[in-house]
Amino acid sequence: MTVDASNGAASAHHESSDSAHEDVRAADRPTRVAEPPELVQLLTPEGDRVDHPDYPLDLAPDEVRSIYRDLVLVRRIDAEANSLQRQGELGIWASLLGQEAAQIGSGRALGAADMAFPTYREHGVAWCRGLPPRKLLELYRGVSHGGWDPAEHNFHLYTIVIGSQALHATGYAMGIQRDGVVGGPNAAAAIAYFGDGASSQGDVNEAFVFASVFNAPVVFFCQNNQWAISEPLERQSRIPLYRRANGFGFPGVRVDGNDVFACLAVTRRALQAARDGQGPSLIEAFTYRMGAHTTSDDPTRYRPDADLEVWKLKDPIERVKAYLARNDLADQEFFDAVEADADELGRQVRADCLDMPDPSPMAMFENVYVEPSALLEEEREQFRTYLASFEDEEAGR
Amino acid sequence: MTQLALARALNAGMRRAMEADPKVLLMGEDIGRLGGVFRVTDGLQKDFGEDRVIDTPLAESGIVGTAIGLALRGYRPVCEIQFDGFVFPAFDQIVSQLAKMRLRSLGKVALPVVVRIPCGGGIGAVEHHSESPESYFAHTPGLRVVACANPSDGYWMLQQAIACDDPVIFFEPKRQYWDKGEVDTAPGLSEVEPMSAARVVREGTDLTLVTYGPMVKNALAAAVAAEEDGRSIEVIDLRSLSPLDTEALTDSVRRTGRLVVAHEAPVFGALSAEIAARITEACFYHLEAPVLRVGGFSAPYPPSRLEDHFLPDLDRILDAVDRALAY
Ligand SMILES: Cc1ncc(C[n+]2csc(CCOP(=O)(O)OP(=O)(O)O)c2C)c(N)n1
Ligand SMILES: [Mg+2]
Repeated sequence: MTVDASNGAASAHHESSDSAHEDVRAADRPTRVAEPPELVQLLTPEGDRVDHPDYPLDLAPDEVRSIYRDLVLVRRIDAEANSLQRQGELGIWASLLGQEAAQIGSGRALGAADMAFPTYREHGVAWCRGLPPRKLLELYRGVSHGGWDPAEHNFHLYTIVIGSQALHATGYAMGIQRDGVVGGPNAAAAIAYFGDGASSQGDVNEAFVFASVFNAPVVFFCQNNQWAISEPLERQSRIPLYRRANGFGFPGVRVDGNDVFACLAVTRRALQAARDGQGPSLIEAFTYRMGAHTTSDDPTRYRPDADLEVWKLKDPIERVKAYLARNDLADQEFFDAVEADADELGRQVRADCLDMPDPSPMAMFENVYVEPSALLEEEREQFRTYLASFEDEEAGR
Repeated sequence: MTQLALARALNAGMRRAMEADPKVLLMGEDIGRLGGVFRVTDGLQKDFGEDRVIDTPLAESGIVGTAIGLALRGYRPVCEIQFDGFVFPAFDQIVSQLAKMRLRSLGKVALPVVVRIPCGGGIGAVEHHSESPESYFAHTPGLRVVACANPSDGYWMLQQAIACDDPVIFFEPKRQYWDKGEVDTAPGLSEVEPMSAARVVREGTDLTLVTYGPMVKNALAAAVAAEEDGRSIEVIDLRSLSPLDTEALTDSVRRTGRLVVAHEAPVFGALSAEIAARITEACFYHLEAPVLRVGGFSAPYPPSRLEDHFLPDLDRILDAVDRALAY
C-alpha cells in the first residue's frame, strides 16, 4: 500500500479502511508470528546478494567495507561495555548483540538533518550519528542520565520509559512540517526507534494516530527482536507488527533485520517518502535479541537455547563478511585491519569508562529549572553545610 | 515461625490468597515464566496456570484498565508494576477510574484491585527505577495506600490488601526484597494487625521518628545510634499512608514532644508535609520543637552514582534528630 503524496492523510484514511478487512480475517486465525511472509531481503544469511523490485540498492565497494567496519566496531563497543558491567564498572548494560544490522542499516540511512529518537539499546544508531560511546557509558555507569545535547548529533536522549519517544518523534516531525521544509531541498524527517514490546503501549499507538492524521514526516522503526524481556512476541501481537500500520492509514513493511543492506534501503526509502511529504511509515525489522535483555537478566529462565543457535546462522555481520570475501571486495588484510581498529576502540571505551570521574554531589541541584528555585537553593545550601560538617570532623581527627 | 526474605514472603502471601479465593488473579509484565524481574511471583504461574498468573502485553494503562474490568466481573486482580517509574502510564486508570468507581456508582461498585509497586532507590539503577511516587496516590481520595517494611508485613498486608474491597496501592521496598525476617504464618487473616494501623517498632521517650517502607530500617538504625548518645527515640512504621493512622502519631508525639518524619520522596508536598501539618494542629501544646522532615531533595532522582547523597541515610536522620532535640 502506498499513500499518495498529494492527497496526504485523506487518501491514507481511505486505503486503511479497505485493508482493515483483511486484517480482521487474519486476526481470526491463531497466527503465530513465526515465519515472516513478506520479508524484504537484499543479502541472504549466506552472503548472497538478492534483488527486490521495490528496493534497488547500489553500493560502492568502499561503502560496503565501511558498513562492515561499523558493524564490527559497534559489536566491539557492546562487548566491551558488557565486560565493564561484569567488572562492576557499569551499573547495567543493554546489549545490542544481534541487532547491529538493523541499527547500522537504518542509522546510515539518516541524513544530517534527520532526527533520531532512540530507546536505551540504540548504540549502533548512536555510533552512526557520531555520538561518542563514552556518553552511553556515562548513562549506564550512573554518572548522568545521558546528558548529551540532542541537537548536536540530531540524536535524542535515550528513553527508558517504553514507547514515550514515539510521540516525541511525531511531534518533532510535526515541527518539521510547520517549518515548511517538507518537499524541499532542506527537507528532514524524524525516526522513532522502539521494540516489539513497546508496540503495545498506548503512546506508540497514539503516535501512529497523530502521525497518520497529520501526515507527519516520521518513520517508525520497530526492531522486533521477538522478546520483551521474558515475553515472546505472541504476548504483544497476533499479526505481524508491520501490518498494524495499515489500520492506522500508512504503509508498513517488514525487513530482514539482520540484513544491513535491506535495512539501509528500506529506511532510506521511508525517510525519503517522509521528506517528500508522503507521511509516516512503519518499518518492522525482524531480528533476534541474541543476548540477555540486559546484564540483570537471565534468559535461560524463559527461552530455549535452540533458538539462539538458529539465529547465530543468520548473524548480521557474518553475512556481510561472506559477501565481501566471496566477491573479492576485501582481503584478509582488510579484515585484520578492522579487527585491529575494533581492538583499539575497545581499549578506548574501557579507558574512557575507567577515567570517568564521579559527578559532584552538588550536581543533583543543577538543571532542574532555568534558574534554581528558592527552595532548591535553600536545600543546596543546607546540603553543602551538611557535607562540610563531615570535612570538619575529618580535619579535627 | 519461618525465616523468609521479603520477596518470598510476598510470594507466599499471594499463594495463600490464591488458594483461598479462586477469583484472585495476578497480572503484570514478566510475572509468569520469569517470575517477575524481582522473582516475587516465582513459581506461581507454574502452580496456578496462565489463566490466573497473566503475562500481559507491555502496557501499564492496559494492565490496570483491564484489571478494573476483571474486578467488575467479580475477580480480584493483583497487578504488578515492574518499577515505580512505570506506574505513570497507568496513572489515569488509577486516579480517574479505580479511585472513583465506588463514588460514581453510589457505593454499588467495589473495585478490589491491588497495584503492587516496587519502590525506592539504592539499587544502583538507571533513571525511573528508584522513585517514591506514593504522595501522588495518597493525594487521591478513594485509594488505600500502604507500604510494607518487613517480610511479616509483606506476607500479611498483601493478603489484607487482596481481601480489601477498596483499591489498594501496595508499595514494596525493592532494595530489601532479599532481607530476611520472621514470618508467623499460623494465624488467620482476621487475627493479625490490620494494615490500616501504624506500629510502634521501637519505644522511646525523647522524640518520635515516623517513617515507612524502605526507610524503617534506617530509622531503627538511627534510633540505635542515638541511644548510644543517651537519646531515646521512638520509631513508628506508618504502614498505611492513606488513610493515615493519625491517632498512633498523636499518642506518641504527646508523650515525646518532638517529631521527625523521614522518607525517600522529595519532601516538598510529600506525606511528611501532611503529617507535620496534622501533628502541629493536633499536638501544638505538646510540641517542644517544630516538626522536622528528612527526605529527597526537590530535584529529579539523580544518576545512581549520586543516589547515596539523595537518599536520607543514618547521618541525615540523626542530623534532623539532633536539630529537633536542640530546641
Ligand atoms: C513503561 C515501561 N514499562 C516497563 C518497563 C520495563 N522494561 C524495560 S525494557 C522492557 C521490555 C521492552 O521490550 P521491547 O519493547 O521489545 O524492547 P527490547 O528491550 O526488546 O529492545 C520492559 C518491560 C519500562 N522501561 N517502561
Ligand atoms: Mg523486543
